[in-house]
Amino acid sequence: MDFLNAIVALSNFVLIPAIAYGSQLALGALGVTLIYGILRFSNFAHGDTMAFGSMVTVLVTWWFQSMGISFGPLPTALLALPFGILGCMALVLITDRAVYRFYREQKAKPVILVIVSMGVMFILNGVVRFIIGPDDQRFADGERFIISARDFKEMTGLSEGLAIKTTQGITVVVAVVAVVLLFWFLNRTRTGKSMRAYSDNEDLALLSGINPERVVMYTWLIVAALATVAGTLYGLDKSFKPFVYFQLLLPIFAAAIVGGLGSPLGAIAGGFVIAFSEVTITYAWKKVLVYLLPDALEPSGLVQLLSTDYKFAVSFVILLIVLLFRPTGLFRGKSV
Amino acid sequence: MIAVENLHKHFGGFHAVDGASLEIAEGSITGLIGPNGAGKTTLFNVIAGVLPPTSGRVTMAGEDITGLPPHQLFHKGLLRTFQIAHEFGSMSCRENLMMVPAAQSGETLWNTWFGRKRIAEEERALRAKADEVLEFLTIEHLADQQAGQISGGQKKLLELGRTMMVDAKIVFLDEVGAGVNRTLLNTIGDAIIRLNKERGYTFVVIEHDMDFIGRLCDPVICMAEGKVLAKGSLDEIKANEHVIEAYLGTGLKNKDKIDA
Repeated sequence: MDFLNAIVALSNFVLIPAIAYGSQLALGALGVTLIYGILRFSNFAHGDTMAFGSMVTVLVTWWFQSMGISFGPLPTALLALPFGILGCMALVLITDRAVYRFYREQKAKPVILVIVSMGVMFILNGVVRFIIGPDDQRFADGERFIISARDFKEMTGLSEGLAIKTTQGITVVVAVVAVVLLFWFLNRTRTGKSMRAYSDNEDLALLSGINPERVVMYTWLIVAALATVAGTLYGLDKSFKPFVYFQLLLPIFAAAIVGGLGSPLGAIAGGFVIAFSEVTITYAWKKVLVYLLPDALEPSGLVQLLSTDYKFAVSFVILLIVLLFRPTGLFRGKSV
Repeated sequence: MIAVENLHKHFGGFHAVDGASLEIAEGSITGLIGPNGAGKTTLFNVIAGVLPPTSGRVTMAGEDITGLPPHQLFHKGLLRTFQIAHEFGSMSCRENLMMVPAAQSGETLWNTWFGRKRIAEEERALRAKADEVLEFLTIEHLADQQAGQISGGQKKLLELGRTMMVDAKIVFLDEVGAGVNRTLLNTIGDAIIRLNKERGYTFVVIEHDMDFIGRLCDPVICMAEGKVLAKGSLDEIKANEHVIEAYLGTGLKNKDKIDA
């Protein structure tokens, strides 16, 4: 019984949150990795692109809520998500036209594009805060739990509860659907293959009659969709706060680099590696250990390796280790 | 077919192509030779739209194509290969070939979702064509291999195959023979001659192997220091004193004589 309780506690506090967080990071890292693979620069504005897409979703959600439209037990934000994606697509196409295309025509070096993307990041950062304000915004509604801790305890008779939030369930389902669609698109469609070809060998793609502007446009559209989905899921799961997306840049980049920049599969793996390390290292293991160890060995402290305040340090350390020992990442992407 | 008029390409103070003028006749296999650094590849790059020219004009069948981007030149039937073979490394050889023909239905987002049947038919036809090309090049056994893993010579053949997937008019081959063994080089040579005879491709070939040039090319153009030195049959070129001088490395002592 103690062992079962330990497993339930572990699932409740580590596995489930890490899977949900990992899915969000994976979606974010996919966007970063696609931009890196195809447009060949690290897009620092990605976090704020997520913030912008989510902001549009939040605004549309509020509008729906005020009109009394709801999605039954599911959050209304899911209905608003397509509008958020469209808004975000418009935004990235405008920034591409206004900013990135100029540098592409100059054949600017990637490092210049990185700095340019930082400029875009600061502007977006301001725009989002100007529109919706810097504070926490709540927009989640519908059922809160798929299984609440109390129901679980009653069902199983265990003393530990297992709660699965609706948002966690939705996060995983939506992430799986998005990833399946993305891989189908990249591997099975002509446009997707053009994108892979362009990522593989730009010169040859051009000389094979592939129109670069078209590839770039589709890349931005896909990235906008991924960013909005990732941002909205994160917002539903935690809460929407513009600054948080800026902070998410670090774990997202860490995930993309750990997996291997330019490799979509790597981005997903990287997302989960980062999420699981972050959650396991900042979790207070006392609860699990109390069930597993004999009374005499019961720990007196929290057995928390690192305070949650330092959770971003985890991404940093993983990033450093990977860059030192395997710069191309787990899935042999392009070296940084 | 192609006329280049007084083309210049400068990199800072270095004049890689320095007033080259030449004409490529339709249906010919023209050889382009010259010592290293003569500006042959730069000339190719400018014609193929990879680099913008500093000045000068390139026309194709009377139409000005100076500075057009590569993918537009491709649709006009002007193709090129690279000195160091390029391939889409993560795709199979067959997929590499199937990438080439442009303007397929699968290219628009609408058709991606709603025109599945038409795309499937096109893909089937393309696949058959790709297999045919691989057979023509005698590398059909490599169809499902990742293109990044095949040998350098086979990559060169694959590059040639790429030009066969569309109706090319003129193909620029940049050192097809570099790092390729004799047997494979002969296969490549055979393929070039057949494409020229059977499909009417015009070829321009950069090559250092004189036997290969002698077998395929007439006329031969010799470049040095960014200029065209001489044009004629290989024997005429070999006998030309300026050409000998350029190859022996004494450089151009009497530039004005040549310009005249």
